[in-house]
Amino acid sequence: MVDISANCGGIRSPNPFWLASAPPANSGGQIQRAFDHGWGGAVWKTLGQPIQNLSSRFGGVDYRGLKNIGFNNIELITDRPLESNFREIYETKQKYPKHAIIVSLMVETKQQWQEIIKRAIDAGADGLELNFGCPHGMCERGMGSAVGQEPDVNAEITSWAVEYSTVPVLVKLTPNVANIVPHGLAAKRGGAHGVSLINTIKSIIGVDIDTFVPHPMVDGRSTNGGYCGAAVRPIALHMVGALAREPGFGLPISGIGGITNWRDAVEFMLLGSSSVQVCTEVMLRGYRIVEDMIEGLTDYMEAKGFATLDDMIGRAVPNFTEWGELDLNFETVAKIDADKCIGCHLCVVACDDGAHQCIHVGRDERVPVVDEAECVGCNLCQIVCPVPGCITMAEVDNGFGKVSWNEHLRTGASLRPKKAAH
Amino acid sequence: MARIDESRSECVFDDFKGPLTAEQAVIEANRCLYCHGAPCVTACPTAIDIPEFIRKISTGNVKGSAKTILEANIHGMSCARVCPVEVLCVGACVHNLQGVPPIQIGKLQRYATDVAYANGWRFFEAGAPTGKHVALVGAGPASLACAHELRRFGHACTIYDKRPVVGGLNTTGVAPYKMRADRSLDEVEWILGIGGIEVRTGVDVGTQPTWAELEAGHDAVFLGFGLGVDTPMGIVGEELAGIWGAVEFIERMKLGKVSVSAVRNAVVVGGGNTALDATRELVGLGARTVTLLYRGTEATMSGYAHEWQAGRVDGARALWQAQPVQFVGGDRVEAVRCLRVDDEKRPVPGTEFDVDADLVLVAIGQAKLGALVQALPGLAVERGRIVVDGNGACGRPKFFAGGDCANGGKEVVNASAEGRRAAIAIHQMLSGADHG
Repeated sequence: MVDISANCGGIRSPNPFWLASAPPANSGGQIQRAFDHGWGGAVWKTLGQPIQNLSSRFGGVDYRGLKNIGFNNIELITDRPLESNFREIYETKQKYPKHAIIVSLMVETKQQWQEIIKRAIDAGADGLELNFGCPHGMCERGMGSAVGQEPDVNAEITSWAVEYSTVPVLVKLTPNVANIVPHGLAAKRGGAHGVSLINTIKSIIGVDIDTFVPHPMVDGRSTNGGYCGAAVRPIALHMVGALAREPGFGLPISGIGGITNWRDAVEFMLLGSSSVQVCTEVMLRGYRIVEDMIEGLTDYMEAKGFATLDDMIGRAVPNFTEWGELDLNFETVAKIDADKCIGCHLCVVACDDGAHQCIHVGRDERVPVVDEAECVGCNLCQIVCPVPGCITMAEVDNGFGKVSWNEHLRTGASLRPKKAAH
Repeated sequence: MARIDESRSECVFDDFKGPLTAEQAVIEANRCLYCHGAPCVTACPTAIDIPEFIRKISTGNVKGSAKTILEANIHGMSCARVCPVEVLCVGACVHNLQGVPPIQIGKLQRYATDVAYANGWRFFEAGAPTGKHVALVGAGPASLACAHELRRFGHACTIYDKRPVVGGLNTTGVAPYKMRADRSLDEVEWILGIGGIEVRTGVDVGTQPTWAELEAGHDAVFLGFGLGVDTPMGIVGEELAGIWGAVEFIERMKLGKVSVSAVRNAVVVGGGNTALDATRELVGLGARTVTLLYRGTEATMSGYAHEWQAGRVDGARALWQAQPVQFVGGDRVEAVRCLRVDDEKRPVPGTEFDVDADLVLVAIGQAKLGALVQALPGLAVERGRIVVDGNGACGRPKFFAGGDCANGGKEVVNASAEGRRAAIAIHQMLSGADHG
């Protein structure tokens, strides 16, 4: 029997799927519906001095007919009266005592932090999330990513929150930094119980080529927004992994960034996330997506023999290392399954134009041939092939033992001859 | 160009395949894998760069898409409608090997070219005048494609046709649920829009002018006069009223009026694509029962399986291995007397039976017209077809040929490809280059 209940920094929920602090978590009515659909927790849309929002606020990136593989927004924190928010937090917590309600906060002065934390906890918050990530609007007012980009400010404000809070405090980190690690360590220094990342990435989602106005258009002009959605997942995975494998860190992580389904969630957990937060896919498809997420995660854990989330969290972290630690003598070549090949020759053109010119096809031949003596094992062909399992990367026994670049520098151990480097 | 009667019989037919909307086209275009050295291109007689034109639809570059199509095949608009894509590009789509529905290449091509026509986009200009003049005999797709390409090289062109209608079988013979005659005429107009192609109808080349006069008056001659009249059965009773050659009947349906409302039992004789077209057309025109009589089997007929499948869905039936031996009736045909034939298509004595028929269309082939030019020294004619090399060159200098009169009767796309290929060879000849 698989147990998918989650515990992220002391915040417990029936499953690891939380709504991120964003439009889907804007009100009590929404969050209660989300809980009815199966969401395990919700990070309430950031509370602070209510703001005035713009029309329009969102933009999407389409690719080869697929809509919204990336998404951005220029919406700010809550625009609703704090009284309404706190009342609804209270009502929701009363109705859903086992679900996690984390309240996202963003204010300026120490006194404001003290007041809003008290009100959030009084309303029933199970945890707090400090919004140090918003990359548009709020940062111009000295909040959001303006805090998240300054480790000392981050540590200081975190320490205020931890001082005033009786519930766990997560710090939400901005990805708009060169290296995430010092910022995670700053949150730890401030006493945070965990971090959540990533917030959105500073972006211009697109430009209207007829009106010359970037999206989203506000009365003929636009501004940079926060990029999110499936396309940012690789950036988020890297930042989650970078903190998870940092020896001096060790805090629980709530993973965020382009999670659309249970597979994505599993990837975040394997790289060290204790819970995952979702916004964009809910905005695009609704709360109902959680049903598949719960089923998919449960089946995956059963198939892998994981009894609890702790059995799987971080399992990929030891396998994420520096380039210099990878085995330079490991060699693969592409193998094409002639029975599966449909003859599209995308591998041929990809190898010709984008790689090492080692896949050839005769005139009127369906199945290309890999020149294994020249194949560098880059696996571009495998990635471009439309047929699952048609191209595989086969390991070559070249007689050379494992040697990383770092070992090579240290010991002078010999490296295999380079291929296709003539 | 004279427009044709709006009340002609073919107008009762709707599009069988139908157009794509812009949204549908983009969705379908995005399914294309953009293969490299794509099998669909290899399968196309005009080698249209199909992945490229489809990608251009997906990016909203419909103008570029239409240009890619028409650059390779000036009949891209009509071919999109009339090509047997099931056995050409679509049949070759790699998705078939994955068990995934193939890309609807014909419909995408129709979309791009229709948008081009609707917007009046033109992509080709006549070349600087060379002073050379080419005569083209027959105003069908082969000659039109040849003339258009010759104009791009700057050669003057005159097309001669015996009949008043331009566009050949594309205008007079295409099944109306694929394309109606007026759409073919739109294409003729578009092609002639390059300018400098004179079309002379009502001219019987060989009589006035004579071949010698034609040859003397031009720097090159392209023969694209297609096929002749329907081949008769040559059996007793063929003179009875209600018996038609299928090509003749189809032309009348497309350009004028035919009435089958009183027809109870229509019979089509033959197993080729004209026979299958005629069968579907009779059903569509309202004949109460339509029967295909073929002396071979379903598996051995030369007509496309997908066409017969569609005809069967429409409600036609077939009698396989049946050989008409006599038309029975008073003034009008009343029945087709048949014999069963064996697997070697030999009639089996004593198996006579009658099939009720008050309309019979005979679709067993068309006359080959090679004899028209047989008298010209150097021109070789085999089984009625003009013998040509890969460039359409005949044995007689200055003479080239393409389309049905050379290939014996193929698709519009073949005629267009052959006409264009001949134009390139003619240009090489006229500009002094070796056309080998």
